Amino acid sequence: MAPLLEVYRSQPGGLLPLLHAVQQALGYIPPEAIPDIARAMNLSRAEVHGVISFYHDFRAEPAGRHTLQICRAEACQAMGSRDLENHARRSLAIDFGETTADGAVTLEPVYCLGNCACSPSVRIDDCVYARVDPARLDALLAELGD
Amino acid sequence: MRIYVPSDTTAVALGADAVAAAVQAEAQRRGLELVRNGSRGMFAVEPLVEVEVQGLRTAYGPVSAGDVSGLLDALESGADQHALFLGPVADIPWLASQQRLTFARAGEGDPLCLDTYRTLGGFAGLETALQMAPVAVVAAVTDSGLRGRGGAAFPAGIKWQTVLDTPASQKYIVCNADEGDSGTFADRLLLEADPYQLLEGMAIAGVAVGATLGYIYLRSEYPLALRVLQDAISRATAAGYLGDDIRGSGRNFHVEVRLGAGAYICGEETALLESLEGRRGVVRAKPPLPAIEGLFGLPTVVNNVLTLAAVTTVLAQGAPYYRDFGSGRSRGTLTLQLAGNVRQGGLVEIPFGATLREVVDEYAGGTFSGRPMRAIQVGGPLGAYLPEGQWDIPLDYEAFAAAGAMLGHGGVVVFDDTVDMSAQARFAMAFCVEESCGKCTPCRIGAIRGVEVIDKIIAREAPQENTALLQDLCDTMEQGSLCAMGGLTPNPVRSALEYFPEDFV
Repeated sequence: MAPLLEVYRSQPGGLLPLLHAVQQALGYIPPEAIPDIARAMNLSRAEVHGVISFYHDFRAEPAGRHTLQICRAEACQAMGSRDLENHARRSLAIDFGETTADGAVTLEPVYCLGNCACSPSVRIDDCVYARVDPARLDALLAELGD
Repeated sequence: MRIYVPSDTTAVALGADAVAAAVQAEAQRRGLELVRNGSRGMFAVEPLVEVEVQGLRTAYGPVSAGDVSGLLDALESGADQHALFLGPVADIPWLASQQRLTFARAGEGDPLCLDTYRTLGGFAGLETALQMAPVAVVAAVTDSGLRGRGGAAFPAGIKWQTVLDTPASQKYIVCNADEGDSGTFADRLLLEADPYQLLEGMAIAGVAVGATLGYIYLRSEYPLALRVLQDAISRATAAGYLGDDIRGSGRNFHVEVRLGAGAYICGEETALLESLEGRRGVVRAKPPLPAIEGLFGLPTVVNNVLTLAAVTTVLAQGAPYYRDFGSGRSRGTLTLQLAGNVRQGGLVEIPFGATLREVVDEYAGGTFSGRPMRAIQVGGPLGAYLPEGQWDIPLDYEAFAAAGAMLGHGGVVVFDDTVDMSAQARFAMAFCVEESCGKCTPCRIGAIRGVEVIDKIIAREAPQENTALLQDLCDTMEQGSLCAMGGLTPNPVRSALEYFPEDFV
């Protein structure tokens, strides 16, 4: 993490870019990294913790091998996303914010993927999918191969 | 022969990458050139494949990877009989009837090709601005009547004038690309299809107000837009349109992209500034205005993507050209995004002044489900739900405000008759619980109480008393919240109660 701290400590407002970089590198932001981040950015540990906990993107523990985000916002609601959410929770046997027992999939809510003309939308890792009904979601998850 | 396959997020979400791969696989054998263009925003027919022969472009869509071989065979023998044939691109009524100023280039070519951008009129606005005195650039924006496209509709020229008039060692241009409203995707489409237009608009703003550094605050939900923007910034810098001594003018303007982290509230300009400074996205009290004390306490223009993009048209074509579109005090074009339960969703750019019904009738093609439309939410999650009786309001800022609604960022989300409006009202409050920054009590706690009271009404627990309580709570949120999040959350709740009372009994 030291090289990252070196890159971002001098950037104005560099804390968010640093946290993104740490999460990109490690998959999450380990609580034990907070003191080092705070020292590098000349902030208190409380301030760093406050930022991490404010934003939905930052996670304090590792996610599953894949992250499934289901859009819960209005355009997707109008196309049946509530059913899709329920189906995902049932078939993965987890709730939002949880990871399947085999560590394959973390389920997250998202409020809009900007794909609202072809709802319902989901994002799996960095790919967005349109017009996803429960059967399509099952197929997409099956394709992940783990 | 040149084949265009869009690389836009929605096109890709519908399978455009597989289509492009199928075209590429046959490109050499058939002597084709594949171009990944941006999308024109006509999402009902994405992936939209365009075939260019002798400068004439013909559209086919929606094309799946499995259609490609057959389509390419047909092309070699004249393909206007093909089942997916849509005709010459320029003649497709859904597009031809629009008035595209900001989105004129979207879908024309490779979004990152500087030659394409220049050939289609790009950088003319910046070249003009570089020849003008800063005060004249600001005056042009003021004269154009351009108002902020993010939702607040504040006159852009007045904001710029304030920043120009405030002396400081450093000023900033901040582009709000935190497009969080459900039902909106115009910023994303522009960033992915025509990124140089935004960069040009930001450079014009910098030249106008004396700012040398710009930040684009982009939401993390748009990974593709991020890649396009980063690439666009390095190419524009290499070509001298950004960086030091822009086009030999002696003016400097640098741009950096900063990624949000999944907080809706960071679309509010002061929360956005806090976030850019590396803090929690907590709303600031105004005054001081960001134009006077903005990013790092210095004068800052904060404008939406579409506002900054529109500035390029104003400078290239002149303020009167832009101002001549529109109605009343809403000048220029309005970018609507048809979303939700519609057959033909997508991006519709037209002059202000048409009615919601006209737009929906002409472009939406009915509901996707085939059932009757019942409610339309305009302006994102803080916008009102409008029943059919309200669809004849003209689409301009004042007319919508007079009806207790708002245009916001132009999202139009259609619901069919299966919608339960009490669930939508509850969601509005629940969303506010989820996304409130927590600074002020009416929003932070009021939204939680709002969910509870709506639950009681739905459960038929003293419904009259609880409805009165809910109205009272809405008053408190409206009048007691610092920003639009708490202040406008009552819009969807109250409109649901007023126009769809039968869903609450």
